[in-house]
Amino acid sequence: MKLVIVGCGRVGAALAEAFDSGGNEVIVIDTSTRAFDRLSGEFKGEAIRGDGTDEDVLRKAGAEGADAFLALTEGDNRNVMAAQVAMEKLAVGKALAKINDPVRAAAYAELGIATVCRTTMLTDAILGYLAQRPTGMPSVIAPVPHVHDDDDLGGGHATAAPRLGAQPVAGAPEA
Amino acid sequence: MFVLVVGGGKVGYYLTKELVESGHEVVLMEKDRARAAQIVDELGSIVVPHDGCEGKYLGQAGSNRADIVAAVTGDDEDNLVICQMAKHHFDVPKTIARVNNPKNEDLFRHLGVDEIISPTRMALGSIEQDIPVHELLHLAALDNDLEIIEAKLQADSPAVGKTPTDLVIPPECSLFAVVRDGVATPLRADTVLQEGDKVIAIGKSDCERLLHEQLIGVGEDSQAAS
Repeated sequence: MKLVIVGCGRVGAALAEAFDSGGNEVIVIDTSTRAFDRLSGEFKGEAIRGDGTDEDVLRKAGAEGADAFLALTEGDNRNVMAAQVAMEKLAVGKALAKINDPVRAAAYAELGIATVCRTTMLTDAILGYLAQRPTGMPSVIAPVPHVHDDDDLGGGHATAAPRLGAQPVAGAPEA
Repeated sequence: MFVLVVGGGKVGYYLTKELVESGHEVVLMEKDRARAAQIVDELGSIVVPHDGCEGKYLGQAGSNRADIVAAVTGDDEDNLVICQMAKHHFDVPKTIARVNNPKNEDLFRHLGVDEIISPTRMALGSIEQDIPVHELLHLAALDNDLEIIEAKLQADSPAVGKTPTDLVIPPECSLFAVVRDGVATPLRADTVLQEGDKVIAIGKSDCERLLHEQLIGVGEDSQAAS
């Protein structure tokens, strides 16, 4: 399958290599070419320098129609925007954004984007290690299927995080 | 009216100041503490010194009872997220985003931002107005991919001397006004178009090519001036 990864940090690079060695077509995008140093010499995919929130950059990189699009930069908002550009403009199959703010992570799942939240992931891992009760907040949230469009989401969901089963997406990545 | 402004740069600062002066209830969010403190000194304690992108702080700043949230930071992605959080998570009736990359305007509108302010587009618009180009001028972008377009008729325009009924106008597009000698009048079926007229049209962006052909002439870019 074709996979686009925005942000070649530790997680991005590790995933890129894993999918690449699994025989998939992988495109990694980062604003800094130095980030590509994280990729090993065996990496056969494409490494492209550019802003992953820019539709033109993504299109040129060949992101259109990718099976999966993973936005894993350091910026929550950059990830959110990149994933939305991919969904709305580039017709990707699945889009996932790393969002470290738990409130934002839950909110975006309602807008159709899968989210991974390192904050809840680490919190729960540590609580678990210390034999404490976990927060109960899912750290990987599958998107809520679209009912209609945009504004139909209105209605009182002030702080309620969607209690969807935390459906692991392709093996929950490490932080 | 309760307005929540996010981003205390120049735009956010002056926006807040003007709104306060016209008697509105305003809260400004600015994540840089030093900048926030400076604004408090000048405008009073209406500043929340936190990141408006963070759901928790957006809630604390009162977004769930805001009538309008205006996201005017310097970063498009932040403004998008602030507006989406406000709209979908806190049910704010109206969201306004500042957009720097004109390419993002469409996307933002599609993703639930109610109003777009685009300094780039505005500057581009006024530069285009000053250049006598053989081009259509984009005056404003509306919902549903609709645009308001202006065509200034040059002497060689195929529309000169014709009435709107003589022209082939795409069905999803309408010519609705003409500006002649600084006076705007509705375009009637029997209005004879003249050189120098500015014809104002509204339509989908894909009508542009035909409009260009009918009002400016064939050939995409500037034709060789005769």
